[in-house]
Formats: sequence, C-alpha cells, structure tokens
Amino acid sequence: MSEAEVQSDTGIGAPVRRREDVRFITGAGNYTDDINQPGQLYGVFCRSPHARARINAIDTSEALAVEGVVGVLTGADMVADGLGDLPCGWLVKSKDGSDMNSSPHPPMAATVANYVGEPYALVVAESTYAARQAAELVMPDFDELNAVVDLGEAPHSEQIYEGIEQNLAYEWALGDEDATRMAFARAAHVTSIDLTNNRLIPNAMEPRACLGAYDAASGEYTLYTTSQNPHLERLVLSAFVQVAPEHKLRIIAPDVGGGFGSKIFIYAEETAVIWAAGKVKRPIKWVADRSESFLSDAHGRDHITHAELALDDNGRFTGLKVRTTANLGAYLSTFGSSVPTYLYGTLLAGQYKTPNIYVEVQGVYTNTAPVDAYRGAGRPEATYVVERIVEQAARELGKDPADLRRMNMIQPEDFPYETPVALVYDTGNYEASLDRALELIDYDGFEARQARAAEDKKRRGIGFACYIEACGLAPSKLAIELGAGVGLYESGEIRINPTGSVSVFTGSHSHGQGHETTFAQVVSDKLGIPYEDIEIIHGDTGRMEFALGTYGSRSLAVGGSALVEAAGKIIEKGKKIAAHMMEADAENVDFDNGQFVLQDSNQALSIQEVAFASYVPADYPEDLEPGLTAKTFYDPKNFTYPAGTHIAEVEVDIETGVTTLVNFVAVDDFGHIVNPLIVHGQVHGGVAQGVGQAMLEHGIYDEYGQLQTGSMMDYCLPRADDLPDFDIDTTVTPCTHNPLGVKGCGEAGAIGSPAAVINAITHALGNKDISMPATPEKVWRAIQGE
Amino acid sequence: MEQTGEYRISASRDEVWAALNDPEVLGTCITGCQDVTQIDDEHFDVRVKARIGPVSATFDAALELGDLNPPASYVIQGNVKGGAAGFAKGSASVSLTEAGDETVLSYTVNANVGGKLAQVGSRLVDGAARKMADEFFEAFSERLSGAGEPETEQIPQPEVQDADTQESSGQRIIWIIAFVVLALAIVLAI
Repeated sequence: MSEAEVQSDTGIGAPVRRREDVRFITGAGNYTDDINQPGQLYGVFCRSPHARARINAIDTSEALAVEGVVGVLTGADMVADGLGDLPCGWLVKSKDGSDMNSSPHPPMAATVANYVGEPYALVVAESTYAARQAAELVMPDFDELNAVVDLGEAPHSEQIYEGIEQNLAYEWALGDEDATRMAFARAAHVTSIDLTNNRLIPNAMEPRACLGAYDAASGEYTLYTTSQNPHLERLVLSAFVQVAPEHKLRIIAPDVGGGFGSKIFIYAEETAVIWAAGKVKRPIKWVADRSESFLSDAHGRDHITHAELALDDNGRFTGLKVRTTANLGAYLSTFGSSVPTYLYGTLLAGQYKTPNIYVEVQGVYTNTAPVDAYRGAGRPEATYVVERIVEQAARELGKDPADLRRMNMIQPEDFPYETPVALVYDTGNYEASLDRALELIDYDGFEARQARAAEDKKRRGIGFACYIEACGLAPSKLAIELGAGVGLYESGEIRINPTGSVSVFTGSHSHGQGHETTFAQVVSDKLGIPYEDIEIIHGDTGRMEFALGTYGSRSLAVGGSALVEAAGKIIEKGKKIAAHMMEADAENVDFDNGQFVLQDSNQALSIQEVAFASYVPADYPEDLEPGLTAKTFYDPKNFTYPAGTHIAEVEVDIETGVTTLVNFVAVDDFGHIVNPLIVHGQVHGGVAQGVGQAMLEHGIYDEYGQLQTGSMMDYCLPRADDLPDFDIDTTVTPCTHNPLGVKGCGEAGAIGSPAAVINAITHALGNKDISMPATPEKVWRAIQGE
Repeated sequence: MEQTGEYRISASRDEVWAALNDPEVLGTCITGCQDVTQIDDEHFDVRVKARIGPVSATFDAALELGDLNPPASYVIQGNVKGGAAGFAKGSASVSLTEAGDETVLSYTVNANVGGKLAQVGSRLVDGAARKMADEFFEAFSERLSGAGEPETEQIPQPEVQDADTQESSGQRIIWIIAFVVLALAIVLAI
C-alpha cells in the first residue's frame, strides 16, 4: 500500500513504532522468570549424558539429603502416576497407506534415554543452588547402548525402538510418480543435485522457562510458560498427558522473548514442572540455561536430499523428482512429522509451472534432540531444493538464471493455479518481484562489479532465490483430513467497554511479532476508534477463547482476520442500536470511521456513544442483548502464498576463503501491509537467520551422539557485522480470500535467503559445490579443489 | 578423535625416570590428585579433583596399564567418570625419548568425551586441560632443574638401573600418578 493510501498515522498501512518496545527496551517486560509466587521452589533437571542408554536404578537418597531439597521426581514416578506420553499432533501416513510409526515419548525418560540432554529426573529445592547441587548427585546406573547418529546411515543402523524397523517413522510420498517418470524419459536435459540442509539450533533470546502452581483450595493448576500457543499447551497437558482437566488448568504465556517455532511445542520440562507442583503442593519455577536450550529445544531442518529436474529443448521444466531423508530426532515432537512432509513436499512447485512433481520423504529416528518447526519449517528446505537445482540447470544450459526462472514462472493470468503437489495458489505476480529485485541489485552492473572485485583478488558471485511459501495453514477440514490433530482457525474477541475504550482478545500470541501494535492498528482502522484506546490481550487461557496460537506466519492472516470479522459483528449490532437511538431503520445507518451516520440526514452517533448506550440500555431495542462485544472463530479458506525474489551478492577472498555478503536484495509480496516498519523488521530478522544458516550455523553431533555445538562458542549465530545493509522492497497482490488481503511475512526472510546466498557463493566459485554453512574453511577447500 | 603432543624436559631420561620414582616430587607436582587405589598389577582407580572451565568436578578414573616398557613407553586405557560433569573414555600412549641432554615426552591420545564436558566446547576444555598438563610439567621441570642440589644428586645410579629393569608395583604407582594426570588432562582436552 502506498503512503498516499494510508488513512491515518495509526491505521492500516501506517509505520507505527511498536508500542511493546518501550517496556522491552526499558527492562519493564514481564517474562516468565520475572514472575514469582510465595513459597516458590526451584526445579533443575537431570539430563542424560548419553545418547542412548538404559536407565537402571536411580538412587535419589544423596540428592534428597542435600539441605533445601524438597523432592526428586523421576520418569518412573511419572509413569507410576499414570501420566501419558507427549503426543505428536500430526499423523502422517506412509505412501502404502499405513500410519506412521510413532515412538514412545515419555516426558521424562523412565527406562531408556534416547538423546543427550533428555531429562530423567527433576530436583525441586528451596533454591536453584540447592537444586543444582543435588541434581549432580542423581546419577543413575546407565547401561550405554549403541547410538544411531548419522542420518544417512540411520535406516541401516541398529533399531532404536522395538517395532520400528529401519528407524523409519514413515515413508511419505506426494505427486504422480508415473507421470514424473515419463517426463524424465522424454527430457532433453536432466540436472541432478545432492543437498544437505544443515541442522539448526533455534536460540531464542529468552530461554524456555515455566512456573507451575497448584491451588489446593480450588484444585486449579496455573502454568506460566514460554509458549507460542498456550491453548494448545493446555489441550495436550489435559487430554494427552492428563495432568489436570482443561477447566482446572490455566496456561499463561506472558512476554516471551522470541520463539521462531521452538516454543510451539509441548516439552517435557513444563509438563514435569506442573505435575510436580501438584505433588509437592508448592509453586515450582524452572528456567533453562543456555546449555540446556542447546540440548533440549527442538532443533530445525536436517535433511539429506537428492533431486533431479527435467527440462525440454527450450528450457521449460517438465518434471521434478525429489528424495529426502529427514531427521526427526529421537522422538516425534509436537509437529515434527508434518514439517518434512506437508510443509515441505507441497512447496516443491515453487513459482514454476513444472507439470510433474514427485517427492518421497523418509522420516528417520536418530539418537539426537527432536527436530521440529523452525522459522519457515519445511518451506526453507523446499525452496533450497528448488532454487539450487534451477540455478544449477541454468548454469549447465548456459542460460541466464533470471531468464530461466522467468520463462518457467506461473503468470498472473494462471491464478488460481493448482500445483501438482496439492496446493492451489490464489494469486501472485512473480515476475514483478523478480524485475524489482533485478533493478535494486543493478543486475546489469554486476559484470563491472565482478571485474572490480577481481582486481582485489576477490571473486564476486550473484545468486537468486525466487521462493514461494504457504502460510496460515488451512482450512481446518483439509488439514484434519491430512492428519492434523487440531483445527487451524483462530479466535478473536472485541469488547468495547462502556467508556469507549476497547479490549481485544486474540489467540495469536505475540513473542516478537508486534501484535499489540499491528492488531490495534487493524481494530482502530476498522472501528474508527483511536489507536491509543485499544488494548491487545493475548496469551492466557483464563482470559480468552480457545485458540491455536502463533506459527507459520499465520497471525495477521488468520488472527487478524478474526478481529476484522468480529469488528464487522460489532458494527452490525452498533447499527441496530444507533438506528433505535436515531429512530430509524438499521438499513439506513452507515458506519464510517467511528460514526454511525443516518443516511440523508445530519444525524450521527459515535461508536463510543453507542457503546455507552449498550451498557446503559435505557432507550434500547427490545430484541437486542446489552453490551457491545463480538467474538469470532475465523477459519481460512486456503493457505496464503507470500512469494518473492531474494538476490545475494558475495565476494570470496581467494586466499583465505572468507566470504563476505556484500549486497542483499529482498523483494517480497506479502499482500497488503498493515505496518511496513514491522514488516521490514521481520524481513531483516528472517534474512539474518537465513544467512546464518547459509554461512555460519550448524548443529553437529559426534559419532557417539554428543552435541559438539553446545554453546555460543561452537554454534555461530550471525552478528551485525556479518550482514550488509539489506535492500528491501515489496510488491502487492492482495490475498484473495481473507478480509485484510494479507499473506504473512514472518518467515519469508529465512526461506529465500539460504538458497540465494549459496547460489551466489557457488557462482563465485565457478559452480563448485558447497554445503551449508559455507564456512571459510569449506570455501577455501573448494577453491583448492579438495 | 586423536590428539598428539610432546613436552621437552631439561633432564636426561634417567633423571626424569628417577624423579618420577620420587613420590615426594610427584606429590608436590600434582594438584588435585586425591587418591590412588591399586586393584592389581594392571588396574588402578584414581581420583582427581579438577576444574575445566565452568565445570568443576571430581573425576574417578578406572585405568588399565598395558605395554609397559619403563622408562621408554607406556599405554593407559582409561574410563573417566566426572558425574554430572560428564565422562571420557580412551587411551593414552606415552613415550620418553632421549634428545641429547634432554628428554622428550610424547603422547598420543584417542578418546571420546561425553556429557557436559563435550558440550562446553572443545576449545575451552582444551585450554583448561593443557593448563593442567603444563602446570604439572612446569612444576616437574622445576624440581628437576634443582637436580644440582645435593639431595637429588645423591640418587644412586644403581637404583636407577634397578628401576629400569625391575617392575615393582610401588614404582608402577608412581608412573601411574604421573601419567594419570597427563592422561586426564589429555583425555579431557579432546
């Protein structure tokens, strides 16, 4: 939306500064660890030092003797109390129609530990120090077992779980295998590529934490925790783990310092803590240290892929075959099964009209931390496959990579476009983003820049990624048919208070996305109520309707749409009240920018006046309830499809292999934009994470399953000086099926950038292959021809 | 994983050997060694308290000796448990060679480390472990440089010869203490 279209300085389209930032940057945020309760105890987990080991007897007597220790609770105690396993929320079927092989997933290991860092006991004490001291004394008698660590070898290694042969959770497939085979038989050219998508470790700024409390008087449990979706947490803890019934369990996710997906999942720690709080009848707090986060937060990515692209004489894509082995880790995390399948295989058409696509995915168990959604979740992996192989094909055929992409792109007139991998793209204009990106990077000037770099003994390369992603997973019916255990709608409620201020309740939890600002802009815009009078409330099962939370860039498209629908209901009711007050028919009342206006008259009532009348209903329609509130469950009709072009330019120092990202352009189509400032921030953060994956980050286990990158010293996150100034712009094709015309921007940066960066580096290296992360050592070795 | 290294000690191999036979010398050179228990000729349990970066713990090492060839070479198989700090398994081959007036002690260690120590980061562990080993050899060399002092000079040559050829278990223990420190340091360094 251009600035001319912006209605106000706080409405839809306005670059409003985030209101939440004041409390965050002044240290006034209210995070889980900021919350304390009288009589609170502290929990410390005992974690397996072995990647796979049988747990024999656990002697807790020494730990219990430590002064201040209140209890030592083990996995066996949880089993004895009849608590259930942590479930996986998406049942994926293998291509032969069989259900996936689900591993057991006890919240705390009782008999066998299956990855380094898996908790097997919780020590509860009067102080963290006492708990830590005691935790070191809870050392079970372990029988070490052979660990399965290497992803490629896992299907041929020792079986981890009884009944799960080849360590395979599933062998999933999508697309038409026969048609794809025939396309390859007729291909003029076939490009093949082998890829690894490196394991990432999330590293949210705030580590996971929880505070569980039990009130003996009411029988209610309250759990404060770092969750992206507290209602889902409540549902799982109640229905599956059976800690407490839903109406006796309240989950509060207060300020949460980043998640990137890693706080969607229901983890062992908060499960054990809320259960233990009920047992010891005192509140218990647990806060992860950074080392625990490395070991036990669900990791991301970790694929091995072989892909082949078939092209005809003209360079048109005729077929794509992809075979991927995806690491699921030791257990199926909450959505671990869906990430390398429905969030990955379905995106392999990319922006192109490839008519035949077939993908097979082996989901494999290993003795490593569970792997689940991490910023982009499946879509960065798909984009990496498509955009690496397309770039490679262009090089093999001697075609300009931009031209090859352009000639294969789905055109604006093709929408709605049904892909061979089960999605229907509603709208887009991919060439528009590509053209704008080429302009911003000054593509025509690249050769001159390359020549200048060569004078400094640097090789300059340019790489593209024209990505597409699917956000706002939907609709519920389809997702549930495909195996999802929950719906994919979102709830929203608007309460206009008697004095005209507004309390908005949304299921979309905010942990860095800025919902308190964006959603207030939306409601202000729709109801004509001053932005300052609107409060956005989220993250508390005790205060709002059942909700599904924040993930997959769904908040504005789904949660925001719910608020638009609720605002519509408010306006409809308001019209009836206003009509009664103005002695007219509701059909003759219009709503415009906060005013109920009687047509063909100079009579008008403000929404605040109408709200007051609704709560003090002296002169009020007989058939209307008092009050001016509305709630909605919004279930989208389709995914949204943000798309765009990312172009990276790098310079490689030939002598050292040090690669510098010198230029990065991102042109994204997110549909309409509510707050360009926040969108830019999301793109910046996403691109930084994508560059981190491409050049710096790698979660590595040794052959025995010991995490070698268990601290910031060995796991390299991107810093400001690793990144250039990003050149960011947007193009707009509004989403066709939600009332805001928005698509979502949270993950795009991390989806497009890895392929763009690696394509640029391989371009600089004369098409020598390089795997992520492209560290100076790898690049240097590639230059040396190793 | 394999790691190699060497130390140059300003004393003859026989002098080094002699000093290694002096419990008093070793006792002042090894910090943190709390206990040595001999199970039999080849098996020993050793307890060392050490601090590796942020990880402080008491390490219990079960050791097995092999290929004993005093004063030239030696292999220690070790299984080291540091409780919550982690664990290490591996072997250290150590040899003494003569280099003019000096003696070169070289080692090769194969080991794998698990638990918190593995996670802390090899660079940190490496630095801390090298410091441990360096401290030992520094103190050890200092004692040897005092070889000109009468009491040390009085070590009778025949006894050294005797030690070279005999393998009394008392002497073995001294070897063990010396190399356990080295082995622990090295094993932890991987």
